[in-house]
Amino acid sequence: MSATGTDRVIPDRLQSPFQRRLKSWETLLLAVAVAIFVLNSFASPYFLNAWNLSDATFNFTEKAMIAFAMALLVISGEIDLSVASIIALASTAMGAAVQIGAGAPALIAIGLVVGLACGAFNGVLVTIMGLPSIVVTIGTMSLFRGIAYIVLGDQAYGGYPPDFTWFGRGYVFWVISFELVLFFALALVFGVVLHKTNFGRSVYAIGNNPTGALFSGIRVTRVKFILFLLTGLMSGVAAVCLTGRLGSTRPSIAQGWELEVVTMVVLGGVSILGGSGSIPGVVIAAFVMGLVTFGLGLLNVPGIVMSIFIGLLLIGVIAAPRIWTRLRSRAAA
Amino acid sequence: MTGGPRDDPAGRLPRPMPASVTGMQMHAKDMTAEPRGETAPGPVLALDGIVKTFPGVRALDGVHLALHPGEVTALVGENGAGKSTVVKILTGIYQPDGGEIRLDGSPVRFPTAQAASEAGITAIHQETVLFDDLTVAENIFVGHAPRGRFGLIDWRGLKARAREILDGIGARIDPDTRLRDLGIASKHLVAIARALSVEARVVIMDEPTAALSHKEIEELYELVEQLKRAGKAILFISHKFDEIFRIADRYTVFRDGAFIAEGRIDEVGHDDLVKMMVGRSVDAIFPARAADPGDTVLAVDGFCHPTEFDGISFTLRRGEILGFYGLVGAGRSEFMQALFGITAPSAGSVSIDGAPVRIASPADAVRHGIVYVPEDRGRQGAITALPIFQNVTLPSLARTSRRGFLRMAEEFALAREYTARLDLRAAALDAEVGTLSGGNQQKVVIAKWLATKPRVIILDEPTKGIDIGSKAAVHAFMAELAAQGLAVIMVSSEIPEVLGMSDRVIVMREGRMAAELHGGDLTPETLVRHAAGIEGAAA
Repeated sequence: MSATGTDRVIPDRLQSPFQRRLKSWETLLLAVAVAIFVLNSFASPYFLNAWNLSDATFNFTEKAMIAFAMALLVISGEIDLSVASIIALASTAMGAAVQIGAGAPALIAIGLVVGLACGAFNGVLVTIMGLPSIVVTIGTMSLFRGIAYIVLGDQAYGGYPPDFTWFGRGYVFWVISFELVLFFALALVFGVVLHKTNFGRSVYAIGNNPTGALFSGIRVTRVKFILFLLTGLMSGVAAVCLTGRLGSTRPSIAQGWELEVVTMVVLGGVSILGGSGSIPGVVIAAFVMGLVTFGLGLLNVPGIVMSIFIGLLLIGVIAAPRIWTRLRSRAAA
Repeated sequence: MTGGPRDDPAGRLPRPMPASVTGMQMHAKDMTAEPRGETAPGPVLALDGIVKTFPGVRALDGVHLALHPGEVTALVGENGAGKSTVVKILTGIYQPDGGEIRLDGSPVRFPTAQAASEAGITAIHQETVLFDDLTVAENIFVGHAPRGRFGLIDWRGLKARAREILDGIGARIDPDTRLRDLGIASKHLVAIARALSVEARVVIMDEPTAALSHKEIEELYELVEQLKRAGKAILFISHKFDEIFRIADRYTVFRDGAFIAEGRIDEVGHDDLVKMMVGRSVDAIFPARAADPGDTVLAVDGFCHPTEFDGISFTLRRGEILGFYGLVGAGRSEFMQALFGITAPSAGSVSIDGAPVRIASPADAVRHGIVYVPEDRGRQGAITALPIFQNVTLPSLARTSRRGFLRMAEEFALAREYTARLDLRAAALDAEVGTLSGGNQQKVVIAKWLATKPRVIILDEPTKGIDIGSKAAVHAFMAELAAQGLAVIMVSSEIPEVLGMSDRVIVMREGRMAAELHGGDLTPETLVRHAAGIEGAAA
């Protein structure tokens, strides 16, 4: 088709990446985070204290580790609601191992392997059996935590060795906790994987159009299976950190976290229908949720009111851009 | 561009007077008053000076369109001429940036699809908007079901009326069938029944025959006649000239978002219309090629599937174009998708260059140099929400990346190279594929596969729903690819295309190879006879 118009050159981009970023969800969310930070520092005299702020990060670091993997999974058009139950099962397995004298390296290995195994179980049911992930993981949510309840009943495991609890309580430098360092390291890893690799590109392709991705030669089931494995693995990592921090395991550990993780992902701008979203968005969303919980905690707001506030924030932040565009188009008409 | 209609100022100036007032129609060749126009009533619906812009593209630049009761107006133009945009404005999906829509002479606005529908405008789209999980009767009456006492839906009345309408159009479909269980042709009939159920005054048919077989098309023409007799104004969008000349009363030509001409169809010639559409004359529709096939690249042996096809065996050589002809439902696409690794055949083997290969997934097929341009562009061919360059590089990421890490500069370079080869029209390479016209989307899909440097390319209905200019370009490009040594398989239901392009043709009927034809055996008659299974096909 070179007969006509070879003189036409299509430009690579109409907008520079910077312009695009300026108008992005992440920028809006960052503004919200800054506003909450400023509000908090006026509302409570204890807010601007390095140790208090450092404590506040524990509100979100463990959840955010799962949220990174969950973000990829949701972008690919799937979801995993069993993540909190995987924590319970992995923590129970580690607790049982402590009773027969396992050391920190063995405990960590057990936590991660249980996480991977649970992820593989979900992955097989979704990708090989072809079942919808929301149904599968609601089922395994009950299944995994159910096993923890059978093993523990109303008992608790304790007696974790100090070199294990360090992973939940330790500080790398001054007020910088190990968990915070791990949070940033994982953010970097997941950000690079999603935004800078072929694998990440195929995640977006699958989320936008699984049929089209398959017809483009992408191994759709393999990519989805890996994402379930990753989510299970990150739940295992979170189980290690949380168990270490609490120093004990009860079957109700991390109860309700799956919804907080999904909230974090959606607040971070990941489309719940799949196909779009970013890791920087999830990182900022983690901070927003952490800051809100911490600020309200300093003001002695009870937990139930906090979850009301988080819910309103989620709806508000998601509705705002739509209301804005609607108002603008009305003004133009 | 001398003496072409574009140079005629009459076509571009604002209409001097509404046709309803003067009873005159401006004609492409600037003819004077039209004698037959005098008795015709004024247009039901008229567009004047409609402007619509999208970022980087002026989709409509002050277009004019008039639809008259009891008449079929064919809207013709190449892909990207603005036809689909006009349909979306008429159905309330897009809002025009300027200009006027007049219904019975008075200005109206359609802020929502609901408003357009209430004004009696109904559309049968290329991809018809129906609900797969509802029954036929429910689909026909969705949104305006007959109500009984207490405002509840009168199910008995609904089914009876649905049956009445279906019988009226000669559709033998049970109103209780779920839409999911119907074929494309039957779905179209349901869409038409729906259009008849809403007391529509204006019926828009956007490529209604694209997915239909020959017999179904005949039935559709009969329906159009019925709609005409019922006094509906019909806007008919089609790329098929024979049908335009057969059923249209009037024509309107758009080119690059601008109004070019309008007039009565019996006063215009085939060639004139083509010239108005493309702004130049299309001389030879099919490129002349010297068939010089090389070594055998692909050999398929005994491909079977429990339900779709049976015993497919053939070989394909370098530089050869092998046509696959058959009726809709003959199993051609199903076989191609099995060859591409989408579905698993129950038996059969494939070899490339004489070496057997195992193709269990499209990824395997691509690795062995077999690529497939599917018929369903929007769902299977392109990922419309992703940018053009990412679509082009998707199967080639292994080449543009380093150790699994993306390299944007390489991606843009590859996308630029192949989109330029296909003469893609787009605002930017990072524009979403969904913003492009159908023909340009097809170019992106073809560019995507060429960038993988394939050995065998399978094109499934490559020019379906594409305008005549792009069609010729696709044909020329296919010939060029074959000349460069690529082995081409072309699935097509258009006889001129099959005859004009193929070196050899395999005719499929009911999942089996009915005939393999070449040379002097290739005539329209032999194709149709073998495809339909008419006795004496060998003659």
